[in-house]
Amino acid sequence: MVPTNYYLILSAILFGLGIVAFVFKRNIIAIFMAIELMLNAVNLAFVAFSQSLGKVDGEVFVLFVIVVAAAEAAVGLGIIIQTARTRRSLNVERADLLKL
Amino acid sequence: MSPAVAIFFVLAALAVFGSISLIVQREPIHSALSLIVVMVALAGLYLLMGAEFVAAVQIIVYGGAIMVLFVFVIMLLNAGEEERTNFSRLATFAGIPLALAVTGFIAAAIARSSGALPAAAPSGALTDTKTLSTLLFSDFVYPFELTSFLILVAILGAIVLAQREN
Repeated sequence: MVPTNYYLILSAILFGLGIVAFVFKRNIIAIFMAIELMLNAVNLAFVAFSQSLGKVDGEVFVLFVIVVAAAEAAVGLGIIIQTARTRRSLNVERADLLKL
Repeated sequence: MSPAVAIFFVLAALAVFGSISLIVQREPIHSALSLIVVMVALAGLYLLMGAEFVAAVQIIVYGGAIMVLFVFVIMLLNAGEEERTNFSRLATFAGIPLALAVTGFIAAAIARSSGALPAAAPSGALTDTKTLSTLLFSDFVYPFELTSFLILVAILGAIVLAQREN
């Protein structure tokens, strides 16, 4: 029997590492992966609370989060492809103008 | 230490190791592979908690579909090693304190409420897929239908965005 706090603290650590990756990475695809990491950390907390309280609602929320993450990945990667085409670079610091 | 706690620590170490590897790796494809390690470790943790359906969805949708999409885009754009700039050094001063503050804040909140929550159930004891699906198609049926609409809009958006202009 693993205490729920262990899962919650692991979730907090993964979320913190996601923030570090989001701030540090310069590659736009890696920044997008950092967002996915943070979503995963939140999912872990959802399932931990759900199992601990004995309610299934948390797991339903996790399914919705996964659906939104999939939709976000499809649209976000489309935007990344367009950005890379127009700017010929994946570095976020090159993308500092709204219009070319 | 019971076997469940030992398995938890192995999987937790794997997840944290994968996350650190995601930050340290310079090649995007290596970061993507590290993220897959994190997702598989999290699926193992869901199994340990007894959420079998979520574990399966995690492997199929995250480890399969979403990460394949990432690797596909990395290869399509031929993404190479990322370059270090002045802003990376600036991020060292702003980013690490920020991340430590957020992690510390959440951990402090958890520690303060320690003991209020019962331990997570062992595998298979609490929920099964039938309960989950009954809830999904009764109480949550409107959000469920809305997500299908969301996916449809996302597909259309992805097609329009990734299209080459003529």
